[in-house]
Amino acid sequence: MTATAGNDPKTTAALAAIGRSPAKDDHSEGMSYLESLPRKTVTVYIPLFIIVVVLLFPFYWMFITSIKPDQDLLDLHGGNPLWVSEPTFRHFYKLLFESNYPTWLWNTMFVAVCATFLSIVASVLAAYAITRIRYRGAQSVGGLIFLAYLVPPSILFIPLSTIIHVYGLFDTPFALILTYPTILIPFCTWLLMGYFKTIPYELEECALIDGASRWQILVKIIIPLAIPGLISAFIFAFTLCWNEFIYALTFISSNPNKTVPTAIVSEFVDGDVFRWGSLMAGALVGSLPLVILYAFFVEHYVSAMTGAVKE
Amino acid sequence: MTDAALARPPARPPVREPTAWDQLKVNRNWLGFWFMLPAMAFLVLFLVYPLGKGLWMSFTDARIGREGRFVGLENFEWLIEDSDFVRALVFTIVFTFVASAVKFAIGLYLALLLNNNLPFKAFIRSVVLIPFIVPTVLSAVAFWWIFDTQFSVITWGLVKMGIIDRGSPINWMGDPFLAQCVVIFANIWRGIPFIAITLLAGLQTVSPSLYEAATLDGATKWQNFRYVTYPLLTPIIAVVMTFSVLFTFTDFQLIWAMTRGGPVNATHLMATLSYQRGILGGNLGEGAAIAISMVPFLLAAIMFSWFGLQRRKWQQGENND
Repeated sequence: MTATAGNDPKTTAALAAIGRSPAKDDHSEGMSYLESLPRKTVTVYIPLFIIVVVLLFPFYWMFITSIKPDQDLLDLHGGNPLWVSEPTFRHFYKLLFESNYPTWLWNTMFVAVCATFLSIVASVLAAYAITRIRYRGAQSVGGLIFLAYLVPPSILFIPLSTIIHVYGLFDTPFALILTYPTILIPFCTWLLMGYFKTIPYELEECALIDGASRWQILVKIIIPLAIPGLISAFIFAFTLCWNEFIYALTFISSNPNKTVPTAIVSEFVDGDVFRWGSLMAGALVGSLPLVILYAFFVEHYVSAMTGAVKE
Repeated sequence: MTDAALARPPARPPVREPTAWDQLKVNRNWLGFWFMLPAMAFLVLFLVYPLGKGLWMSFTDARIGREGRFVGLENFEWLIEDSDFVRALVFTIVFTFVASAVKFAIGLYLALLLNNNLPFKAFIRSVVLIPFIVPTVLSAVAFWWIFDTQFSVITWGLVKMGIIDRGSPINWMGDPFLAQCVVIFANIWRGIPFIAITLLAGLQTVSPSLYEAATLDGATKWQNFRYVTYPLLTPIIAVVMTFSVLFTFTDFQLIWAMTRGGPVNATHLMATLSYQRGILGGNLGEGAAIAISMVPFLLAAIMFSWFGLQRRKWQQGENND
């Protein structure tokens, strides 16, 4: 039995893959024993440490600034500016209770969730149609969608702003909810196409024979199997929305409708020398939701990032 | 009980011709059309149409609140003679080139470092990605504060190390050249994680047995990298760098949050200049013309990486013969 199975080329390939994967995953294998610890310290650990410190320092500085009392902020040479002797939460208090910050946070959240949801629905349908229904021209439509991903918002915002005016959406959240999907749909479609391609055809054929419609197949078979892909797409799209700046800056003008990134840049910069504390607190609180989301879904995030590139 | 099972099944309805409605429901092309409809509606209304409209506007003298008149190439002729525009164009190219090159070098180096057998590897990898997660504007604001003219922590560090004198602080954001360096640095800082993590994903697909074989054949570390890693990584490098160049070239938020194009317009990128002229100045036509002048450069970047990829395929094809 085993012998016959082994002769099948497919099975051999599968066995080879199984045999290969532990060596790849188990990093103690390979040639790493050739490296001694002192050598590795110099060639790997020290450079890595320096890069990580540089990458993380701005966040540390943001945090320290946001809990420093005002007089310490402006007195660099009095003590050690990298440490705080008397931390204060005044900046956060000011931010959360004496400014519109909670409104901005809510706007950002609302816009991001709506735009992401719309884009995912549209992308699931489009990706399914391109990979599985294979209508005439599906390949070229896939290519066009990829090209759409390469069109940057910086060349669209001026004509879009006139269009937004004509549609009467200016200074409403809908201006953002409807324009963000143009950034998200190409990305999500491309990502989901990759996921849908990995789902075996046979499942779908069985369902078709049993009389399921395409819609039922999508809802009952494809979507449940593509949940990890959907989570990746959702998280990445949500981050992109939260991050978006130029559309929010151009299409929203009144203070209570702003999103966090635009509000931070325009509302806190008032020429006051004491603005830094609340500015940093605002930046920190504005990043927090994304960092928390990221902490829970690191793997999905990385697969979204690399999946979109690999295709 | 058995009655139900024994009862004759109802007579089958006669086979009918497919109606137009059935065609719409079942025909492959129509089905595809229905499924594509939402995505296409968004992309046509808010991407293709504005792109066309932007092209049209760049040939008009449109202002805010007034439809423009067709003026031909006047906007572009005007721009070429505008020293601010030329300066922005040159800085955009320098910015993109320097930032992308450094990002690529450090990103690849970081990816190679992370590809080693490390303790807490997954944790380090997640930490490295944080600059990419945090909204650009918010980290740009942090850089703005780090490089503040009066209270810069960098200046403090340099003073402590005795490199500069306490009485003469460095005017980071006030000096045109230094401001340019600072925004390039911030862009590099923000871009490294993306490049490093995507290249790391590419590195992990390279089978270790290739390195073992090469090492047995006497290859040095550098040769291992040059003749094994690099060729296998070329396709992913091409894609990653296309994205990187594209997003660096069209960067807006970093500059806007840190310098707004100042001091003396030294750090204007084309995108920020287009915003300043088009939206703040109200000259929509001119702003659109600036934005449209980015397109040839973007196409060049895409073509460059596309042919990079093609050459790769062609080489592989040749090897297979």
